[in-house]
Amino acid sequence: MTEIAEHSYRPGTEKPTSFLDVRDLRVHFPTDDGLVKSVDGLTFRVDRGKTLGIVGESGSGKSVTSLSVMGLHHGGSAKITGEIFLDGEELVGASPEGVRLLRGQKMAMIFQDPLSSMHPYYTIGYQIVEAYRIHNDVSKKAAYQHAIEMLDRVGIPQPDKRVHDYPHQFSGGMRQRAMIAMALSCDPELLIADEPTTALDVTVQAQILDLIRDLQKEFNSAVIIITHDLGVVAELADDILVMYAGRCAEYGSADDIFREPQHPYTWGLLGSMPRIDRERSERLLPIKGTPPSLINVPSGCAFNPRCTYCDLTGGRSTSERPELIDVGHGHRVACHLTRDQRDQIWRDDIQPKL
Amino acid sequence: MITYIIRRLFAAVVLLFVVSVITFSIFYLVPRLIGGSAESLATRYVGRAATAETVKVTTERLGFNDPIYVQYANWAKGVAIGTEYDYGAGVEQCPAPCLGYSFITRQPVWPDLLDRIPVTLSLAAGAALIWVTFGVSVGVLSALRRGSVFDRAAMSVSLAGVSLPIFFTGLVCLSFFSYKLGWTAPGGQFVPVSENPAKWAYAMVLPWITLAFLFSAQYARLTRAGMLETMNEDYVRTARAKGLPEKTVVVRHGLRGALTPILTIFGLDLGLLLGGAVLTEKTFSLNGLGKYAVDGIIANDLPKIMGVTLTAAFFIVMASLVVDLLYAVVDPRVRK
Repeated sequence: MTEIAEHSYRPGTEKPTSFLDVRDLRVHFPTDDGLVKSVDGLTFRVDRGKTLGIVGESGSGKSVTSLSVMGLHHGGSAKITGEIFLDGEELVGASPEGVRLLRGQKMAMIFQDPLSSMHPYYTIGYQIVEAYRIHNDVSKKAAYQHAIEMLDRVGIPQPDKRVHDYPHQFSGGMRQRAMIAMALSCDPELLIADEPTTALDVTVQAQILDLIRDLQKEFNSAVIIITHDLGVVAELADDILVMYAGRCAEYGSADDIFREPQHPYTWGLLGSMPRIDRERSERLLPIKGTPPSLINVPSGCAFNPRCTYCDLTGGRSTSERPELIDVGHGHRVACHLTRDQRDQIWRDDIQPKL
Repeated sequence: MITYIIRRLFAAVVLLFVVSVITFSIFYLVPRLIGGSAESLATRYVGRAATAETVKVTTERLGFNDPIYVQYANWAKGVAIGTEYDYGAGVEQCPAPCLGYSFITRQPVWPDLLDRIPVTLSLAAGAALIWVTFGVSVGVLSALRRGSVFDRAAMSVSLAGVSLPIFFTGLVCLSFFSYKLGWTAPGGQFVPVSENPAKWAYAMVLPWITLAFLFSAQYARLTRAGMLETMNEDYVRTARAKGLPEKTVVVRHGLRGALTPILTIFGLDLGLLLGGAVLTEKTFSLNGLGKYAVDGIIANDLPKIMGVTLTAAFFIVMASLVVDLLYAVVDPRVRK
């Protein structure tokens, strides 16, 4: 797994060490109701050939994070601070035009709903060609040839014919494949997949995940996969970042997160995942309560109102925000419970029920 | 696609037939229903100083004693293949499409309409060009700079544009630009474009602008609303994620998506205007279809009114047909 940077650092003082190096990213939206802190101090790294899974409930800031990396908040009301280094180049302070030229070329994105994410009035081919020709000075004919190759690569049958189809003539899975073909048309070195399988049925999900993995191997790109589905990250991710209320709750290698999760929220996520090897009669263990408002984040640990173990910390959970602390070989947790408490709860309470 | 066009063309013919039946009924059946006699209808054709004898002869000759469906059939035959009229002073040929003779001038209606269609066409086409370019551009800019000074100013002006009647803005413009400044032609100087394009434009520019102002206002608001919606669509985000320049994102992805409803309204508006821009033509003394209709109504000249009504219906039906066909071009999801 990749090394994880120290949490406290001074901006501009450290050189980026990974291909994608995000440091203390904050994305705040001023609204009439108050400041929405969608992402509040997020630090992570992804190397080429590696996959980072960002997991969390709706509204935890996963998509906002990916959109800020892509520079797609420019022009909006978002206030973005922190640093994002892509291949050594800083993006937060870069000119919008500079970031635009990187988009699609060096970093590309796959969106959740491929039907609404493709323009209904243009053919699949046109949309791939458009993405390709922006960054490559080639003739239309050559670009169409490239589009057909890309469609073939992602497993669209009869790509030379289907290239002239419109998105509504494709099935959901094929649309997502076309979307991937479009994103990969310029061989991006960073691929962000924002809930790539959420809108698809289960059999197609597995195919799409396989496809992303195969293509990642082939292109040796860095991949960020954003999802609320732990099954998806278990399949793909090398590292996992668990987000809660715009902050990192737990960060570690996929092995660590699945074998020795340390944060009560991660336990909750694992407990609410359906599993075939569980007894039928047992119920899923949902996390009680609802995600917090990002305007009035609970004081102390943002998870405290929903946390079963909040009382064990002697009130610190409601008064003091837990720092992200390394618990061994890069596995970091933001929780006030002591290591012993966490180990004990995990062994005695949680693991047997999963 | 071909069957679709044929089906639509067929529907258009049926629609025109229905419109003609309804108009015919209004003008020839309703007067009878409310107590008018065949003679009272015929009186209009013979003029004021008619003897009972001439009225009776005319009634017979024009077939007002026939059942209404026979009258309609005769009239429809005139439209389709032409007919002959006998006014007592000799038989007159009325070739197809024969829309009848004016009560007042004794002139056939169709050649009159042919004279006036170019005027209305010039007015509508020129104004449409201006309002689409202007209205859509303002709408796009307003949407992109939502809440800015430009947006607020444009939307206030357009509110005024929608609210002010053309006979007000038209007269104000005439008095200011034509009579005070002398920049534009005062009303009523229509010159066919084939004769002298410069003079044609000179005479038409003020009516165009006045009419276009009214419509641009609507189109700016419509475009703005559509753009605000499409610019938030996922596919616009995708376009940005591909690294397209903002101009391409706005025009090819945002505006393209917002244009479809505008196209629909545009077709209907244009069709409606081609049937006669009554107020504009009256204000600027242009002898177009609208003014012709008003003159007909004032003089109680039924054949004129029917002629204009049918022509207008024809234009509207054709315009909506063209829009539906264009829809299939614009939105591939409509195609089958």
